[in-house]
Amino acid sequence: MTYPNNFIRGNWNAEIDVRNFIQLNYTPYTGDASFLQGPTEATKKLWQKISTLMEEERKKGGVLDVDTHIISTICSHAPGYIDQDLEKIVGLQTDQPLKRSIMPFGGLRMVQKGCDAAGKELDPLVAEIFTKYRKTHNQGVYDVYTPEMLKVKKAGIITGLPDAYGRGRIIGDYRRVALYGVDRLIEEKQAELTHLEYDYIDYETTRDREEIREQILALKELKEMARLYGFDISGPAQDARQAIQWLYFAYLGAVKEQNGAAMSIGRISTFLDIYLENDLRQGRITEQEAQELIDHLVIKLRIVRFLRTPEYDKLFSGDPTWVTESIGGMGLDGRTLVTKTSFRMLNTLFNLGPAPEPNLTVLWSVYLPQGFKEFCAKVSIATSSIQYESDDIMRYHWGDDYGIACCVSAMRLGKQMQFFGARCNLAKALLYALNGGRDEISGVQVAPMFAAVDTEYLDYEDVWKRFDMLLDWLARLYINSLNLIHYMHDKYAYERLQMALHDREVFRTMACGIAGLSVVTDSLSAIKYAKVKPIRDSRNIIIDFEVQGDYPRFGNNDERVDSIATEIVKLFMNKLRKQRTYRHSTPTLSILTITSNVVYGQATGNTPDGRKKGEPLAPGANPMHGRDINGALAVLKSIAKLPYEYAQDGISYTFSIIPKALGREEQTRITNLTALLDGYFREGGHHINVNVFEKEMLLDAMEHPEKYPQLTIRVSGYAVNFIRLTREQQLDVINRTIHGQI
Amino acid sequence: MTLTGRIHSFESFGTLDGPGIRFIVFMQGCPLRCLYCHNRDTWDPKGGNEFTVDQVFQKVESYRNFFAYSGGGLTVSGGEPTLQAEFVTELFKRCHASGIHTALDTSGFVEIGRVKELLKFTDLILLDIKHSEENKHLEITGVGSQKIKKFMHYTTQIGIPLWIRYVLIPGYTDSEETLKETAFLLCNMANVKKIEVLPYHSLGKYKWERLGENYKLNHVREPSAEDVHKASRILHDCLSLLNKKT
Repeated sequence: MTYPNNFIRGNWNAEIDVRNFIQLNYTPYTGDASFLQGPTEATKKLWQKISTLMEEERKKGGVLDVDTHIISTICSHAPGYIDQDLEKIVGLQTDQPLKRSIMPFGGLRMVQKGCDAAGKELDPLVAEIFTKYRKTHNQGVYDVYTPEMLKVKKAGIITGLPDAYGRGRIIGDYRRVALYGVDRLIEEKQAELTHLEYDYIDYETTRDREEIREQILALKELKEMARLYGFDISGPAQDARQAIQWLYFAYLGAVKEQNGAAMSIGRISTFLDIYLENDLRQGRITEQEAQELIDHLVIKLRIVRFLRTPEYDKLFSGDPTWVTESIGGMGLDGRTLVTKTSFRMLNTLFNLGPAPEPNLTVLWSVYLPQGFKEFCAKVSIATSSIQYESDDIMRYHWGDDYGIACCVSAMRLGKQMQFFGARCNLAKALLYALNGGRDEISGVQVAPMFAAVDTEYLDYEDVWKRFDMLLDWLARLYINSLNLIHYMHDKYAYERLQMALHDREVFRTMACGIAGLSVVTDSLSAIKYAKVKPIRDSRNIIIDFEVQGDYPRFGNNDERVDSIATEIVKLFMNKLRKQRTYRHSTPTLSILTITSNVVYGQATGNTPDGRKKGEPLAPGANPMHGRDINGALAVLKSIAKLPYEYAQDGISYTFSIIPKALGREEQTRITNLTALLDGYFREGGHHINVNVFEKEMLLDAMEHPEKYPQLTIRVSGYAVNFIRLTREQQLDVINRTIHGQI
Repeated sequence: MTLTGRIHSFESFGTLDGPGIRFIVFMQGCPLRCLYCHNRDTWDPKGGNEFTVDQVFQKVESYRNFFAYSGGGLTVSGGEPTLQAEFVTELFKRCHASGIHTALDTSGFVEIGRVKELLKFTDLILLDIKHSEENKHLEITGVGSQKIKKFMHYTTQIGIPLWIRYVLIPGYTDSEETLKETAFLLCNMANVKKIEVLPYHSLGKYKWERLGENYKLNHVREPSAEDVHKASRILHDCLSLLNKKT
C-alpha cells in the first residue's frame, strides 16, 4: 500500500485513524478570503445545465423522473453523467441527473406512493417481490406495533417516526475510502470477524458477525461501482482529485443504498485540504483548479435525490437530503481546524449561487480566526445558507473529529451513530394532561384514563403533576416504539456501506425529540403568573382557555419563564433516561422540529398561551412569533439557557433579521453579526440558523417564484429553496419574528 | 425612596445607535413634537412603566459578552432621556463602574445645569440636528433651537465625542441652502466624530394612527439612497471647506 510519500506518518498507518492523519498533516489557515477564485468556465456550464434541469424538475411538481424498474443498490445503475467532458468529479445515483431511484427495503408503500405522486407506475414485479418474497422494514414494524402505538401515531402526539423510510442520521466516515482505499478497509473488517469467534456464539455475536459480513460485501460492491466509472479505488488516493473522487464514490454508494432522512457527509473540508495543499505546493494544480474540484463535488452533493411521498414532504418540506458538511471548529491542541478548503467550501455559495444543499454547517468557536469568522458572516448576509453550531460545547463532549448529522446531531465520525427518533408533540401532551388522557380534538381516550382537571381555574402545581405523570407514559411508549422500529431497520434495511465505514464498536444514541417547547412553556407561565380558566365543551373536554392578567413569555431573557423551559427539558430527558433501549443505546433529546412544527400545530387544539387550534407551533426552540419583544439578544439569551447536557441531540434556533438591522454599512453588518455569534455561543447557545432578508422579498417570491430560483432560507436545522416550500410553510416563515428596528 | 425611571421599552440588539451592539433603553416622555417622530408613543411623560436603576442595570449587564465582542454598550434613547437625567446618571454610573460604554441619544433640548453630572458618565452623544433655521426648527419640532445650540457648544467645551444625525425630509431639510447652514453650525466642533444623514421614513406612522393622532407628513415621500448620498456629500464637503478656512 502506498500513500503520497510526503505525508507525515503516524498511528494512522498502523490503524484506521483518520483524525490522527488530519492532525499530523493539515495546515491551519488564519488569513482572510482574498485568495479565493471564481468559477471556471466548465463549472459555469455544468451549473447552467443543472439549473435548467432543476427548473424543469420544479415545473413538473418536484420530481423530474423516476426509474421505476431497477431497485437501487450500490451497483444497480450504469454510470451517469451531467457532461462527462466537463466533470472533474463523476458519479450519479442513476444513469441521469435528478432521476430518482426506488429503494423498497425501507418500505414498499413509500415507493408506491412516491411513484403515484410523480405520475409514474411502479414496476409490478418490484411490488410482487416486496409483497410476496421479501419483507420490508415498514412491514416488520407494523407487524409488531402495539394497538396503543398505532393510536398514538394516529392522534399525532408522536409522529415522523422512521417506520416507513430510511432512518438516516448515520454518517459513514467517507474519508476512510480516500485515505486507505477499499482493500485496506476490507482487511480491517476481516480482522474484526476473527475477533468475534467465541466459545459460545450468542444472539448478539451472531448479529454482529452477520453485519460485518454484510459490510464487507458492501465494500466490494463499492469497488465494483467505481470500476464501472473507470476507477480503481482499492488503494489510497494519490492526489486531490482522486481523494475527492474516492470520497464522493463512498458517499454515492451510501445514497444509492439508503434513502435515509438525513444523509450527511461528515467533516470533509479540512481532510481534503491536506490533498489540495499538497498538490498546490507541488505545483500540480492552481488555486482555480482547487476551487473547481470543490465546486464540482458540491454540484454533485446538490443533486442528491430521493423518492418521497406527499405526506413526507409536508413534514420535511422542500425535498431536503441533509447532506450536512461540518466546517471549521478548533482542535484539542488549540490549533484551529479552519483551512483554506473551509473557505473554498463556503465559496461555492458564491460560485454556484445560494442553495440549501449541502447543508453547510460552521462549527463556531470564539477562538476561530477572525478572517474566517468575517467571511462566514459575509456569506450568511449574502446567501442565508449557513447554520452555526457551537464547537466550544460540542468539542467538550465529542472531541475534535465529530460531524453533524442532519441538523444538530453531533457524532464522532466513524465511532458513533444514532437511532433517529423524530419527535413528540409536548403541546398536545400538556392538553392530554389537562383532559385526563383524552384527545382534545377527537375526544378519544389515547393515554391511560385518569381524572381530568375539574377546577374553575388551572393551578400550576396541579397541572405540573399531571403533566409529569403524562410524560411518564409518553416517554415509555415513545422509547418502546423506537426500540421496535430500529430493531426492524437493522434487520431489513441495514446500512451496510455506511456501517462499513465505522469502527466495529460504535456508541449508539437513541435520539428522541420534542416539538412545541415554547408553547408549553408560555402555557405553564400563563397558568403560574396569570389566571387561566379552562373552557369545556359538551363532551366535557377542555377546548379553550381564558387568560386573565399578564405573564412573562419565553424569548425575552426573563428568568421567571426561561426557567420553566429548562425544567420541562430536564423533566422529559430524565424520563427518557429511565427507559430500556434497543442495543443499549443512550437516550438523547433534541429541541428541533424541522418544518414539522406546521403539521404538529395543525393537529393541536387551543393552548393556554393563547395559541389557536391549528396554528403552527414555533420551530425548534424558537419563541412563539411576536412574543419576543425585547429584541434579538434577549431571545438568544433565553435560548442559550436551555441545557445542552439535557438535549445532547441539539437545540435549534432559527433567527431572521433584515439587513438594515445589522448596521448601516456592509463592514459594520459583518462585524456585528460576528459579535452576535461570538456572544451567543459564549453564553452557551448550541445552534443558530441565520437568515438575513427582507420580508417583502419573500412575499414577492411567493407570487413570482420564477424570479427566485435559488432563493435559499434557513428553517429549523436545514436550508430550503423557498419556492419549494408548501404555501402553509411559506406563510409560517413569513409570519415569524423577523428582527428589525426602526 | 428608590429612584425609578419611566421607560417605554427595551431593545437588546441595537446596531444603529452607537458603535457595536447596543442595548437600548427608550425613556418615556419628550418635550419635542417632531412631525416625523417614529416613536410618537414615547411623548407622554406619564406613559411607560417604572423601573429601578438596579432592574435596568441587570438587563444591561446580562449582555456584556455581546458588548465585549462588538465594542458596544448601552444607549439611552427615548423620548428625551435628559428629562429623567437623574435616573440616567445613576444608570451610567453603574455602567462605568462595570466598564460598559455609555451613549446618550438626545435632542440636546435641555438646560446645561440639569445634565452636567450626567455628561461626566457619558462616553458618546448621539445628537439629532432637526433644522438650522429657527422658524423651521419650530415648525418641525415645536420648540426653538437656542437651548440645543448651547448644549452643542457645551459638549465641545468638555470634549465628549458627538455623532450627529441629520434626518433628510424632502421639502423640509433637503435644500442645498439648509444643508450648508447645517455644516456652518457644525464647523469648529472638534468633538464631532461622525455625521450620518438618515432618510426620513414613515414606518412610525402606525403609532400615530394607533393613538388617534393626525400624521402631518402623509404627503412626504421617502428619499432615495441617491438623495441621501448627495445630501451627505454636500454636508461633508462644505464642512471640510469651512474647517480648512479656520
